[in-house]
Amino acid sequence: MAISSAAVRRPSLGADAGRAPRGRGHGRAAAILMSPFFLLFTAVTLAPIGYAVYLSLYRTERSGLGFGGASNVFVGLGNYGRALGDSVYRLGFLHVVEYGVIYVPTMLAAAIAGALLLDSSLARASRLCQLLYFMPSQVPGILAALIWLYLYTPHVSPVISLLTHVGATPNLGQTGWLLPAMANVAIWQYTGYNIVICYAALKAVPRELIEASRVDGASELRTALSIKLPLIGPAATLAGLMTMVGVLQLFTEPLVLNSIAPGSIGAQWSPNLYIFNAAFTNDDFATAAAGSILLALISGALSFVVIRVTRRWREIS
Amino acid sequence: MSTETLERARTSAPGKPRATGRPRGTSRLTSKATVNAVLLFGVLYTMLPMAFVVLASLKSPAGLISGDVFSLHDLGPTSNFSGLVHTDGGIFFRWYLNSILYAGVGAIVTGLVCVAAGYAFDKYSFRGKERLYALVLLGVLVPGTATTLPLYLLANKAHLDNTIWAVLIPSFVSPFGVFLARVFSQSYVPNEILEAARIDGAGDLGVFRSIALPLLGPGFATIALFQFSAIWNGFYLPYVMLNNQKLYPVSLGLYIWSSQISTDDPTMLGQVMTGSALTIIPIIVLFICLQRYWRSGLTAGALK
Repeated sequence: MAISSAAVRRPSLGADAGRAPRGRGHGRAAAILMSPFFLLFTAVTLAPIGYAVYLSLYRTERSGLGFGGASNVFVGLGNYGRALGDSVYRLGFLHVVEYGVIYVPTMLAAAIAGALLLDSSLARASRLCQLLYFMPSQVPGILAALIWLYLYTPHVSPVISLLTHVGATPNLGQTGWLLPAMANVAIWQYTGYNIVICYAALKAVPRELIEASRVDGASELRTALSIKLPLIGPAATLAGLMTMVGVLQLFTEPLVLNSIAPGSIGAQWSPNLYIFNAAFTNDDFATAAAGSILLALISGALSFVVIRVTRRWREIS
Repeated sequence: MSTETLERARTSAPGKPRATGRPRGTSRLTSKATVNAVLLFGVLYTMLPMAFVVLASLKSPAGLISGDVFSLHDLGPTSNFSGLVHTDGGIFFRWYLNSILYAGVGAIVTGLVCVAAGYAFDKYSFRGKERLYALVLLGVLVPGTATTLPLYLLANKAHLDNTIWAVLIPSFVSPFGVFLARVFSQSYVPNEILEAARIDGAGDLGVFRSIALPLLGPGFATIALFQFSAIWNGFYLPYVMLNNQKLYPVSLGLYIWSSQISTDDPTMLGQVMTGSALTIIPIIVLFICLQRYWRSGLTAGALK
């Protein structure tokens, strides 16, 4: 809020000022129109980040046996060291990375392939397929996890009995089954959503380019791989980035699946579960705050790297 | 579709063998079969779990754990439904109304807030504008879960945790909505109309209300729809903020119930499945009816 009104009061005399409203009162109007958003944004996003940074730098020390007063002691980066020093927190990152390695490439490849297939002239009922593929993204994440939890329950689930019939012995107690099972919930939910995004990017491509390649005798497959695929690149990269940021936040799936694989998941399986547990089970807000900030920083760094790498990649190609 | 006719015209031209040596017509037929088989597999993969929820909600508790949900035996939808009506005095329907309230109010307020901000970003220029906009875009990338916990601690200080405000206020913010609104404002609100209105002596806010806002109607609908679904489907925020069962949205209530499911007594399982079906179906119907809006939103998101 403070930023927006201060900035808005000075109407620009810049080059593009000509097309936009100028003069007295316009700056005020812009400030009025923007202030609800920035007021809320400050309260809901910026203030909590600031507060978390503050909390993460202090630790509550209780004197004596905890009956005396508690005092806030400045500990610098001590809480960060504490979180990072905890092998459970670090293991959480390893878990989400392992999960992401299965989930992200599978989902993206399926989304890109799906979009290319829907766009090929061979596909029938393309619009209906898109609509159906999109639907799971509108199922509440917690219910998607519950549905699959049921579909993973031995003796009850038709999926498990089918797998047993073909000779497999699914066991969510083993990482080899647990991670793909968990990734499957997210793949089911978000592949269709990303198919629609990639498909939209494809539709924005000048069709002459594609028709020209056809007239030149390129096969459907060839056109898809050498003309269409590079054109989906930017949209797919963005989708991949948002997915990776989401992977780091993993919470719901392990929370729900824990009930059939308690031994292999537990209450602190992912960084977010660890943070939640630190705050609400251990009442250790300082560690929870430091853990949240670290997680946000890692997400930010990841976004930055991906954007940089793809920009360079696009410049080269 | 023009590409299809073009393709057809070309393939029907006789005597044009492909590199493989097979006649192109047969090859095309096999490719067509393969492509559509893959697409059909995708439909089955996405739709079977959905069909499963609906079928499961219609099963009697005993039928649910019999291992063949996809059969039509052991139907008993009334027992599940009466479970929903009677458990804890029908609290499920209270959760349902809460969800409608949170998602409905959240969607409308977010739509208006974002449209106003996005319009201002598009039509006004002032120093530091792009830097401010970069902050909004950064907000798109800040994961909600990273801010939810400190937000809870702030709400706790302000004695707002465990109230409807703790769920409502955070749901009014959508940086992605501002981004969409700016894109929509660029394409739907011509600057000439605004100039003309201003020459007629209309004030800035008057122009926004009477000219820009109606033109931005589809943009508002898109943003509101996405936000409605985000709130309706949201779980982490209410899970952190709320303790009072009476304030729960339906997603949180069903999760709490699901933790009471035991394989010995599948009654609760039946209830959760019926509740899930009742939660999923309306949002799916909404998205089927409003395809134009979410498609345009995703297109705008994909291209920028």
